[in-house]
Amino acid sequence: MATVAQIPDDNIADIHDYKSNSLWRLTLRRVFRQRSAVVGLVILLVVVFSALFAPVIAPYDPYKDFIGVEGVKRRDGPCIHLLGCPESQPQFILGIDGNARDVFSRILYGARVTLRIGVTVISVAVLGGTTLGAIAGYAGGTIDNIIMRSMDVILAFPFFLLAIALVFVLGPSLMNAMLAIAIVSMPGYARVIRSTVLSVREADYVEASRALGASSLHILFKRILPNAISPLIVLATLGIATAVLDTAALSFLGLGAQPPLPEWGTMLGSERNQIFSAPHLVFVPGIAISITVLAFNLLGDGLRDALDPRLVNEGKSG
Amino acid sequence: MTVTYQVTITLEYRLMVQYIIRRTLLAIPVMFAILLVVFGLARAIPGDPCKSILGEKASEQICERFAEEHGLNEPLPVQFGIYINKVLHGDLGDSIRFGRPIIVMLVERLPMTIELAFAAMTFAVIVGIPAGIISAIRRNSAIDVATMTLATIGVSIPVFFLGLMLIYFFAVALKDTPFALPPSGRLSPGLSATPFYEVWGWSVEEDTPRFLFLEFIANHFLFNSLITADWEVFFDAIRHLILPAFALSTIPMAIIARITRSSMLEVLGLDYIRAAKAKGLRQRTVIMKHALRNALLPVVTVVGLQLAAILGGAVLTETIFSLPGVGLSVFEAITSRDFPGIQGLVIIIAFVYVFLNLMVDLSYAFLDPRIRLN
Repeated sequence: MATVAQIPDDNIADIHDYKSNSLWRLTLRRVFRQRSAVVGLVILLVVVFSALFAPVIAPYDPYKDFIGVEGVKRRDGPCIHLLGCPESQPQFILGIDGNARDVFSRILYGARVTLRIGVTVISVAVLGGTTLGAIAGYAGGTIDNIIMRSMDVILAFPFFLLAIALVFVLGPSLMNAMLAIAIVSMPGYARVIRSTVLSVREADYVEASRALGASSLHILFKRILPNAISPLIVLATLGIATAVLDTAALSFLGLGAQPPLPEWGTMLGSERNQIFSAPHLVFVPGIAISITVLAFNLLGDGLRDALDPRLVNEGKSG
Repeated sequence: MTVTYQVTITLEYRLMVQYIIRRTLLAIPVMFAILLVVFGLARAIPGDPCKSILGEKASEQICERFAEEHGLNEPLPVQFGIYINKVLHGDLGDSIRFGRPIIVMLVERLPMTIELAFAAMTFAVIVGIPAGIISAIRRNSAIDVATMTLATIGVSIPVFFLGLMLIYFFAVALKDTPFALPPSGRLSPGLSATPFYEVWGWSVEEDTPRFLFLEFIANHFLFNSLITADWEVFFDAIRHLILPAFALSTIPMAIIARITRSSMLEVLGLDYIRAAKAKGLRQRTVIMKHALRNALLPVVTVVGLQLAAILGGAVLTETIFSLPGVGLSVFEAITSRDFPGIQGLVIIIAFVYVFLNLMVDLSYAFLDPRIRLN
């Protein structure tokens, strides 16, 4: 049949490239073909950019208050010179907060806090979860049982509630809030790693490595864990989104970051009663959180579509 | 023929009962573990429990008596035994912030949270499932892309921010229009729900277990006003529930829509669906009668898991909308550093979660014969 000869040119190019490309380059290309991943990445770059260059972009010190400056009232809305705000007043493009500080500068510095929160929480959760899952899967027996049952106990609680209880015991602070969220997110990673370890523990290439006298650690890191890298990347990216949301929620309740730190959840929480009189103080940090979380979610979804071989085979679902 | 049929039915019935019993018994170690964790956390709080409960000014002598009374001088396993015994007798301790036993607070405040969680889950299911089905049928169409984009946005907006936005739009921007909705409280000022047992003229002695039970039922305002036909209270309570329930429902709604879509897509690719189509059945019949039943199984699991998000989110939602449920109590107990209060409330909410998950698992057995027959 003629259909055999009708392979489009770009498919031929694909097959050709396949031989010369490394796994990582191939993966990267697949990621860039996902629209959601690209959109997420672009938004994320903007957030990272504002965090890195906050001192350059921010018009004021995020802690500086303008109490007593002429024409400046607490919780004033935006004052932009181009839009007719009198030149005699200092310019505040997103308004000022209850302590007469510039909201725009605080949002920019808040990006630093938020990115640090997301990355730290997930690093701790991934490290802890991977270690526990790897030990459980590799050791098996009683140790496996003890570790996995304790993970089940964590999952028996509604996790935000467990995080609240943990921070309550540890004492409210950003560090403790991050630790609490890291602990309650651990079981997911532990389960993924454990099941990977179990599925390849007896594989021939692992056996071969063992026969060559490789140490358990070498086998674990060089032979077993690479199998789990793509689900781990996807889980961790989506995990950052959840970590940012939940840490902000703890801060909102007063259990996380403490004022005057420019953390978005705290900024929103301390002004939440002003929703009727100064809505910008709620909307601006709220939108900042939403956009950042959205970026991580889009990137995570895109990565999942690109990295999960099951989804690749059945086309783009999910 | 009939005999074999009956035998199968009895066997299936017995397996089902066995499954229900086994699954219910499995909940016991989980609850035990929850108590152990909460007990451990309470003991891990730095400082003297006497001073943290009675205040910094408590004298040596008072603390001595306090320790004696609460068995704090006993070894830890004995203390845990005493604690379990108390919990089994319904004694979850007293809240300092509210000056009442936790169990009484449960009667007053848990119904609010149950109604909120129920309303939020209803929203999530009645919007999420159809959205997922439509997305799957019209895969890659504009409607699919729009739904999935909305779902991604839905899981990205913090509950507390969404709640405040809703308050702003429905109580500030739409004020004095017919679309305005109340931003706080359970009922409008001046309205109160008369308990059904009073309406029906039952004589109830106060502070008896029967009274507490009836009061617990009556505090479900929607249910209470429904059975007493008090429509003014009923519709007022609903109006107060719309915004918080919607704020709480978006994340589960988005996740349910996604799972429904991907599960539906998977089922639609199966042979029996192709066979049904080949028979010449209408698409509607194929989807509703053949595909949906199988596609909904993973959705049921997700509904169970999302209850965790709803119960956790209730703390935020009730705080924002000033709804007097257990979530708001948790917030108030946090702000007044009410240790026994937090402890009791966390246990209650965790138990409710275990119970609801048990119900979800049992309903799974009814839906999927493979579960109960294995």
